[in-house]
Amino acid sequence: MTKYLIRRFIQLVVVAFIISVLVFLLVHLLPGDPSVTILGPNDTAQNRTILLHQLGLNKPLWNQYTIWLTAVFHGNLGQSYLNHESVTHILATGAPIDIELIVLSQIVAFAVAIPLALVTSRRPNRPLDNVASTGTFGLLAMPPFVIAPIMVAVFAVGLHWFPATGYVPFTKDPAANLHDMVLPALAITAGSIAVYYRLLRSDLISTLQEDFITMARSKGLSNRRIMLRHAFRPSTFSLLAAAGVNIGALLAGTFIVEWLFAISGLGYSLVVSVQQRDYLVVQGISLVVAIAYVFLQFVVDFLFTVVDPRVIRE
Amino acid sequence: MIGRRGTKGAKPVFEFRDIGDPTEPLLVVDDLHTSFRTGRGTVRAVDGVSLTVKAGTTLGIVGESGSGKTVLSRSIMGLLPTRDVIKSGTVHFAGHDLTALEPAQLRQVWGAELSMIFQDPMTALNPVKRIGRQITESLRLHLGMNRAEADATAVELLRSVGIPSPEDRVRWYPFQLSGGMRQRVMIAIALACAPRLVMADEPTTGLDVTVQAQILDLLGELQRERHMAVILVTHDLGVVANRADEIVVMYAGRVVERAPTHTLFANTHMPYTRALMDSIPRLSDPSGVRLQAIAGRPPDLIHPPEGCRFAPRCAYAQDKCRESDPPLRTAGSPDHLFACWFPLVHGTSTAPPAPSSGNGSSSAPPPTSAADTAIDPGAEVQSP
Repeated sequence: MTKYLIRRFIQLVVVAFIISVLVFLLVHLLPGDPSVTILGPNDTAQNRTILLHQLGLNKPLWNQYTIWLTAVFHGNLGQSYLNHESVTHILATGAPIDIELIVLSQIVAFAVAIPLALVTSRRPNRPLDNVASTGTFGLLAMPPFVIAPIMVAVFAVGLHWFPATGYVPFTKDPAANLHDMVLPALAITAGSIAVYYRLLRSDLISTLQEDFITMARSKGLSNRRIMLRHAFRPSTFSLLAAAGVNIGALLAGTFIVEWLFAISGLGYSLVVSVQQRDYLVVQGISLVVAIAYVFLQFVVDFLFTVVDPRVIRE
Repeated sequence: MIGRRGTKGAKPVFEFRDIGDPTEPLLVVDDLHTSFRTGRGTVRAVDGVSLTVKAGTTLGIVGESGSGKTVLSRSIMGLLPTRDVIKSGTVHFAGHDLTALEPAQLRQVWGAELSMIFQDPMTALNPVKRIGRQITESLRLHLGMNRAEADATAVELLRSVGIPSPEDRVRWYPFQLSGGMRQRVMIAIALACAPRLVMADEPTTGLDVTVQAQILDLLGELQRERHMAVILVTHDLGVVANRADEIVVMYAGRVVERAPTHTLFANTHMPYTRALMDSIPRLSDPSGVRLQAIAGRPPDLIHPPEGCRFAPRCAYAQDKCRESDPPLRTAGSPDHLFACWFPLVHGTSTAPPAPSSGNGSSSAPPPTSAADTAIDPGAEVQSP
């Protein structure tokens, strides 16, 4: 196990390094530079050169990279060229929003998908299963930018149940915070529900064909107990793998929902800073997201060993 | 979700008690039919099977793959799915008609009074559950044991099936055990609640020959200790030859011969049974002797052949065999049933010495003095 953890940590460092280089190169490959956003499009070339010199952007790329990397190792991710906000501060305010969105949406997704799959997989292709399969297929076909406006129209504008926009930090007012986050979280959750439900359902259906399920029945166990204690755990491999990829994609990947509901999480900050060529912010957020992604896969791998004891032996 | 005691909260709607007549057999299967609806038509996998098992005895059910023996054993238990399955006939177990019980009532019988040992120990144990848990769950459910009692009993059960250092092994997963050990675990699970009847469906097919004998001997030993009845389903007559009290030979979903083991081997009436016996390899055979295989394959159970279902493969088949279906009947000893128009008597066919009608069965021995010992097919008692 220790060996496994060490190998994982080395992997994390390597991935983070590669990502940081790639992101660094990509943002500098983009045409334009921060001087346009800072000075406006009509300033003189001389002023631009002075500004780039002040920002250290006239140095060779490799030199810029090593300067940045050295600072990162000293815990300094730099600051925004535009409003001089430190990148650490942007991360500290943005990350909780992303984490909350992901946690809420995934709790809802699992809470809906798992019981639904457990119920419908026992009788595949019966009415209930058909309704659930068609319904989730519909959800799968609706991206967040379709669902979000519909939900705003119905639950915010029409019924006034939830606010259409806004964000209160959880630490300030938990109730108001959750109230604000319901619609954004639900907008994200739809796709996850569909994917999780379909994977778990089909895995359960094939698990239920296994001999050990007939064996469990022959012991006189109730159907409920067979589903929960015998069929569920061996059926969660695809679900876990998909959840890992899906949650990974949601890390700073919820820009559209954040933008529609006017909450500035990391996804929102990342897109804006790319547009403004705010290099240090882009690099800082990307680095943290990459590390979080590797860590997430690490958790998923660990869960595989919990679900199936055979995995740990390899 | 499951209470301290397995039965907590649920009213005992049904208490399984032995209400059978002690003079009657423990299990009485009467005219059991099981068919599956498929896209091609209805498969009559079990077609009118009747049999009995007395308490504490062993019944061997023998037949080729596809003869319906696995479906039969699952039909007796009531383990088959309900969808696209047509069932009729009755199964009386300790006085209860299992075919008339509700699913919740059946679950009180399964595992507690009537349990099953599955064919493949590699797939019949849950791969992600510790073997101890797989034993204790029926103990807690049926016997209402608490966790500690059940754990202790599981260790004892593993010890009784010959698993070394059972205290440690209860915490193992199936993949950590060899095939023979897994089959022992499966026996421990099946015997956990001291059932009256154990159905063993090809319990040794997936195992090495040396391990096969060990497992079967173990099963026999535990059976004698606990006075259980056992139904031993197998394709290998050799397996049941010295273990079963009575043998039922199945072909194409039907019983074609049924007799006490000694009688069956001493005086085989049905050519199919004979063919099965001949296909057992013998150590006494000189090397290089070809194994006697039964030519052809079991018939399609959607469109079974007219007449005797074995006729197309039978070396002694006559026109009558291909035209009408022989009933299960007796001759001589009342407990020896067979379905054949021209039964073998002490290895010799009673078929008339007419030339074989294009069956290609040149290997059929000349029916010599058969007429002397022949049983008059007309004067037979019908099957019970």
